[in-house]
Amino acid sequence: MNKAASQPLYLDNRENNTFKFILNELKPKGKILTPFNIISIPVIITGLIIMYIRFTQGIGSVTNLSQEVPWGLWIGFDVVTGVAFAGGAYVLVFMVYILNLEKYRPIVRVTVLNGFLAYLFYSAALLLDLGRPLSIINVIIGNSFGVSSVLFLVGWHFLLYMLALLLEFSPAIAEWLNARKARKFLSGLTLAAVIFGITLSALHQSGVGALFLMAKDKIHPLWYNAYMPLMFVVSSVFGGISMVILEGSISRKVFDYQLDKDHHKQHNSILHGLSKVCAVGMFVYLFMQILIFVHQQNMPYLFSPMGYWFMFEILGFVLLPMLLFFQSYRTYNISMIKVASVLTLLGIVLNRMNISIIAFQYDAAVRYVPTWQEFVVTLTIIFIEIWVLRWIITRMPILRKSPDWVNNNH
Amino acid sequence: MKKIDRRFFLKAMGVTAATLAVGTSKTTAGDPAHEVGDLPELKGILFDATKCKGCYGCEYDCAWEHELTEPDVIDEDERRKTDHTRRTVVNKYNTSKGEVFVKTQCMNCNDPACGAACLTQAMHKTKEGSVIWRDEKCMGCRYCMVSCPFDMPKFEYHSTNPKIEKCDMCYHLQQQGEMPACAYNCPNGALYFGTRRELIFEANKRIVENPDLYYPHIYGEHEAGGSSWMYLSPVPFEELGFNTKIQNKSYPSLTKGFISSIAPVDILLPAALLGIYEATNKTKPGTYEKEELS
Repeated sequence: MNKAASQPLYLDNRENNTFKFILNELKPKGKILTPFNIISIPVIITGLIIMYIRFTQGIGSVTNLSQEVPWGLWIGFDVVTGVAFAGGAYVLVFMVYILNLEKYRPIVRVTVLNGFLAYLFYSAALLLDLGRPLSIINVIIGNSFGVSSVLFLVGWHFLLYMLALLLEFSPAIAEWLNARKARKFLSGLTLAAVIFGITLSALHQSGVGALFLMAKDKIHPLWYNAYMPLMFVVSSVFGGISMVILEGSISRKVFDYQLDKDHHKQHNSILHGLSKVCAVGMFVYLFMQILIFVHQQNMPYLFSPMGYWFMFEILGFVLLPMLLFFQSYRTYNISMIKVASVLTLLGIVLNRMNISIIAFQYDAAVRYVPTWQEFVVTLTIIFIEIWVLRWIITRMPILRKSPDWVNNNH
Repeated sequence: MKKIDRRFFLKAMGVTAATLAVGTSKTTAGDPAHEVGDLPELKGILFDATKCKGCYGCEYDCAWEHELTEPDVIDEDERRKTDHTRRTVVNKYNTSKGEVFVKTQCMNCNDPACGAACLTQAMHKTKEGSVIWRDEKCMGCRYCMVSCPFDMPKFEYHSTNPKIEKCDMCYHLQQQGEMPACAYNCPNGALYFGTRRELIFEANKRIVENPDLYYPHIYGEHEAGGSSWMYLSPVPFEELGFNTKIQNKSYPSLTKGFISSIAPVDILLPAALLGIYEATNKTKPGTYEKEELS
């Protein structure tokens, strides 16, 4: 990606004119023709064209959605899976700000930024999927509140949580703009934002699971259960943390020039600690899965194609990564932690896709298979998100240390 | 910040818990719109499969009344479904008692899943019994379609301003004191329009008077918490392609537990988090400056 190593680390070309400064910052830094850019630019252009077709000819013109399967890849992956991946932000702020585990502080800011961007772009995906996106204003301005709707509650918790994340992240923006007073004020709000952010997360993570509670007869009994909200929260803990592990390892390589030497030493110790969080979280999740399996008497379904698929998910992508996390914690094996986190993330994708798409209307005559356009749009959203993330990381103090005035100013 | 000692913390938790206990019992007791069971003045339509001759007239009446596409030449052996161009279809089934015709459309449930799902209240159960869809409120999220156990709301996927199509028992006609188009026009008396109370009485009467003719069950009396459309059949309902796995409790009752637990969590969790924060904060107050994100 962007290897602007030749650029000075601490840009202090801020003139008194903030406007000029921002204009200057908008210009690209680093090389244009990187492998990532070469892949992502054509995808993004194709994606934008598909979006244009979607808005001029209807959702059906680019998707395979049907009257029986109204939610496809854009909801099942971008929103339902994406929310679980962004769960790292609330788990990590809980560890650092509430449990006061100082060890994890160096990665809080980048995790919060990732969470915020994930939510921002997944809501964009949601807007694409809405038949009448402009009418979303009905939910916000309150001329018709459907308070008995799970989706309404998820939507509002989602929206407020984005604000909480923005507040948690805002000191970094203030540092970038050299706004000392604003920074002092904004960082004073952090604890409140953290507390409400965690609460809102717990509720919208579980709410995403609760969305499917009414689809009782449509989801295969191996996946449907009354505890889906709880299962979604628990899996968002280790899913989110696995994303933090994977994303941290990648950005550490890509943005190497932004990091000082202390960070490299700390980073392995942080991953080691996180692996235990994942291992325990997955143990709880697996235990709950077994309880539900026994309680619902799901044994008869186990030896059927759907049953094998279920075992594939649980044994291969919950049990196996859990054992790897435990083992790597005991032996301090950092590369095994990374393997385990990738497996865990695949498991989260499998689980969310199973509930929202694969085991949904599992006995339908015509199965839903996403069109290539749906995949391209999904990729487009992810790529644009990475572009924005890269833009912010190369400019704001996310991975690198805050400017000196932050610590001297107290 | 005021120091929170254990006693204060427990007291605060106790008061919150008590408030919530009162709050939740109130929400489950009140709110008549979501009470499962028979609301006596709801209107409904009884479809009697023993009387339907399969003339498909109701499909034409429905299309005409709602300005939808007129049905093409109908192939009797094809199993058709409703979609965004037709709110109702009649299908032929070969059963143990010979040919039986069944009309399919939205059931207009007493406590509709779509209504509970809708976050803008575009799907709305009227006091007359119709479950209506309101154009100006809908944002096209299709959560109603995900939630409906009968898969009845249909979406216009190829429109830039898509509508949801489904039977609303001709709500606009009912408001003018008229009958739904299909029930008014049915030449064979297979569709009987009235209040749910009348319909259940009439259906039971028919079953009792002709025990050999009818299968002794009224589909829709209890299914999904009861619905405005109800069915009588000469054969078990599985033979007519009905979903007999539908639960008798209403579908919104499946999310009630989750929704009523939101308020307690919203109130209790921040208090608990603040408590944990204070408990794990090792430095004594005043001796250090808090570090922010670094």
